Amino acid sequence: MKKYLGTLIVVLVLLLVYAPILILTVYSFTDATSIGFAGHFSVHNYVTLFTTPELADMIWGTVALALGAAFLATILGTLGAIGSFYAKHKWQSAINLVNQIPVINADVVTGFSICILLVAVFGISKDTYIPLVIGHVTLCAPFVYLSVLPKLGQMDPSIYEAALDLGASPSYALRKVVLPQIMSGVLSGFAMAITLSLDDYFVATYTKPATFDTISTYVVNATRGSQTEIKTALWALSTIIFLIVLAVALMMNRMQGRTDNERRAKAAERA
Amino acid sequence: MKVTFSRRQLAIPYVIYLLIFVVAPLVVIVSYAFTNGDGRPTLQNLIGFFTNPNTLGTLVYSLLLALVTTVICLLIAYPVAFVLSQSKWKARSVVVMLFVMPMWINFTLRITALKEILTAIEGNLAFHPFFNSVIGMTYDFLPFMILPIYTQLTRLDHSLVEAAADLGANPVQTFLRITLPLSVPGIISAVSMVFLPAMTNYVVLDMLYNSTYIMGSLIGSYFSAYDWHGGSMISLLMLLMICLFTLVTRGTEESAQVRGGTIV
Repeated sequence: MKKYLGTLIVVLVLLLVYAPILILTVYSFTDATSIGFAGHFSVHNYVTLFTTPELADMIWGTVALALGAAFLATILGTLGAIGSFYAKHKWQSAINLVNQIPVINADVVTGFSICILLVAVFGISKDTYIPLVIGHVTLCAPFVYLSVLPKLGQMDPSIYEAALDLGASPSYALRKVVLPQIMSGVLSGFAMAITLSLDDYFVATYTKPATFDTISTYVVNATRGSQTEIKTALWALSTIIFLIVLAVALMMNRMQGRTDNERRAKAAERA
Repeated sequence: MKVTFSRRQLAIPYVIYLLIFVVAPLVVIVSYAFTNGDGRPTLQNLIGFFTNPNTLGTLVYSLLLALVTTVICLLIAYPVAFVLSQSKWKARSVVVMLFVMPMWINFTLRITALKEILTAIEGNLAFHPFFNSVIGMTYDFLPFMILPIYTQLTRLDHSLVEAAADLGANPVQTFLRITLPLSVPGIISAVSMVFLPAMTNYVVLDMLYNSTYIMGSLIGSYFSAYDWHGGSMISLLMLLMICLFTLVTRGTEESAQVRGGTIV
């Protein structure tokens, strides 16, 4: 009985979490305009989603921004982590401290303060996209830094020294010895950066050009408006994103299972 | 030409970046917060916040909303995390993944889904603004509450639980005197992941048609009114509150991983 109570709790909470998303998924394939009203099967929401230029622009804009910001953040954060790891202790502590600010800060404060600096103090127009990109890089880079730094600590330092002793230049050794060992941290930092950028509303809303929308800012504006056509097309978008996330999650889970199995096999071999 | 560099110099671009885009904005906010439109130093923004009944009301409303959201999140998340950490299911990692996955779906789309369901149930959302906002915040932040507690519980030394049982403690006693106290670090970091965002994420309220302001909305409204001095003061107050909270809870690096959506 007790055993089932636990399972019941987990299943119940999962149902609550997924009910809205799943119901919306079902309704996205109908011509109903509100949840709870009967509709007929229809893919017109998907047609609208893919044929309305405004919607396509905002989707590709969001993706491009996420990829670009994550790429820049990964380079900056990774270099920062490597440098900081080999720097004197007090420098490392100082970098760690400043790095922590965007992580703990409320995004609305991050966005607002970057906007004031760039727009009010430096006089850079938001239409240049510079404030937006900088805002997102600032949001993401600290997470890359935090994801790479522990990997450097787990590294065996003697391999790098061995490479130097064997005649490798420092930059060659860095690329061929250090980078491969921290790659998992760099990649998970990159993935985190993409997630953060895709999910962001606050930084974008304070730094974006008036004519540009990310998915978040677009959705929020759409809830204020009354265009049913757009509203239901967003259900289709929600469904597609849900399916992509589900696919990525399943893939990650299988990969994780495989590495776990490999680890177990290796451990068994050694024993 | 051969360029020589030492490894620590690789940090230079990032250090410069942090100085310009993290430190400088804070300096600007502080200086704007303590000046007026003419650039003269003033404490009026600070005094104004603490003497205006509207802004004080906003502070109280945000604290209340954040508190209720945090408590409800905790009441749901703890049992879930506990059951997951104790379970011997083969598919445990998949179930944990299912709880984490919503973090990767854009939160405005998730709140849209919730809004459609609530509208179907309640009719007009405007009748229960506080209630709906609590539901919205809970829905948004639940994964951030489950993950740190679950991580902490899986790290727990199981032999302590066994020892307690061997020494005659019943399961309830074992839970209250061993498991619960040892999971406190996870709870603290989970609470910091939920409480502060619940004070600032005004989009959840906007989308659920709750027109009451919380701390985040204040910054937004000053911003729209081009009152950057008032907005800076609110930002500064928020930042101070966040720093204080972080110092007390010391939940930093792990919270960062949770926020980034990693599975630990």
